[in-house]
Amino acid sequence: MVLRLSAADIEALLVTAKLALLSTVILLLLSTPLAWWLATTRSRLRAPLSAILSLPLILPPTVIGFYLLFFMGPDGFLGELLSQAGMSPLVFTFSGLVVGSVIYSLPFVVQPIQTSMESIGIRPLEVAATLRAGPWDTFVSVVLPMAVPGLIRAAVIGFAHTVGEFGVVLMIGGNIPGQTRVISVQLYEHVESLEYGQAHSLAALLLVFSFISLLVLAWVSPRRSLSR
Amino acid sequence: MMRRGLQKWLFGCVFLVCLDPVYAAEVRVAVASNFLNPLQEIVKSYQVRTGNTVRVSSGSSGKFFAQIRAGAPFHVLLSADQDIPLKLENEGLAIRGSRFTYGLGGLALWSRRPEAFTPSAQALSSADFRKIAVANPKLAPYGRAAVEVMSNLGVADRLKEKIVEGENISQTFQFVATGGAELGFVALSQVISFKIPRESYWIVSPNLYSPIRQDAILLNSGKGVDAAEVFLSYLKSDEVRAMILSYGYGT
Repeated sequence: MVLRLSAADIEALLVTAKLALLSTVILLLLSTPLAWWLATTRSRLRAPLSAILSLPLILPPTVIGFYLLFFMGPDGFLGELLSQAGMSPLVFTFSGLVVGSVIYSLPFVVQPIQTSMESIGIRPLEVAATLRAGPWDTFVSVVLPMAVPGLIRAAVIGFAHTVGEFGVVLMIGGNIPGQTRVISVQLYEHVESLEYGQAHSLAALLLVFSFISLLVLAWVSPRRSLSR
Repeated sequence: MMRRGLQKWLFGCVFLVCLDPVYAAEVRVAVASNFLNPLQEIVKSYQVRTGNTVRVSSGSSGKFFAQIRAGAPFHVLLSADQDIPLKLENEGLAIRGSRFTYGLGGLALWSRRPEAFTPSAQALSSADFRKIAVANPKLAPYGRAAVEVMSNLGVADRLKEKIVEGENISQTFQFVATGGAELGFVALSQVISFKIPRESYWIVSPNLYSPIRQDAILLNSGKGVDAAEVFLSYLKSDEVRAMILSYGYGT
């Protein structure tokens, strides 16, 4: 099959790649300490906070998009805050999409990191403590290196999930070429305007991309199966 | 005892399902979002008059085209344009000769800040707004019309950076309603249905854009469905024409 990509398709691809890359970096920076805290804390806040962080797992993207539209609009809480700081509201901007993507993908990134940190177990941490490693030293020299597979998995899922984002973008994006028109929206537009050939090209591209992402995930995931 | 009851109940259900088409005829209508509000009023009086029920699905005409091609069981399509009904007719997916124009769409420029708004073309030249919402011109006839208006007024280039596109006319309306955009080109029927104060919108003069002819058509699955055919002829009646006019459509 021949891929038929227009200039607008390629622009949408670039916007998507930029959005996914930036969101993934922010997500990893945000999720690593969060995951560590969730994995180690005995605080009563653990359960409610963990529930709040997991909300995007089950909330329809329309709910997230709807709230973001209100909070980030000029009359919204965040919009007013930003305009007082002399900045423009986030709706219909690339930065707005980054904020939306980070919220939308957060649980997908926190969970693999948390799981891999929890699987380290208490023993290596005790050993580190007997060697007089401080908490920061332990985190950097023991926890982080041992959590690398989890971090890779988190990065792959975070990136892929952001590429697959649709509902949130549709609600807060405004379909601005080069800024907020991402590949899933571009595909939707092709379908709506009866350009099924181009829609097929983009859909096939996304399918291959998703398959490869899942393949990478399967490779970096620990083998827990019963095969020998 | 319990079992007997269950059997009776099941039998009753089967009986009702078999009877359904005889007693309550149902019309399934796919409607372009701009016409949803007038349609709801029309449906109410149609249902009272005939006892038939009407199931309404609203969305964009392009999406309906794809769905109808894939076998969606709609009887009637009320499109936002003429192209899609014509295409359906040419592809043999709709009944030839059933197509007619049910309304001429009107365009309105709506502002959320009436204090800083003059209901005229000048509103587009003033610089004190950040974003203007327009329906995606590739998908929505109202978007195409809005783009025509802007270029006819010679402000297209200046506004280019301020445009945010709604996926359809409902989302465009919603962008202005939520305050995301200060101005927006919406359907006149929307500002009328939502009782927007008259000083907050400008009825764009129709000589600035090509007429938005909206066509209805009987689809293949509606063939032989009396209730659907009756519905279409009701749509042409004087009573309904008056209703459609009251929502700002031309006929």
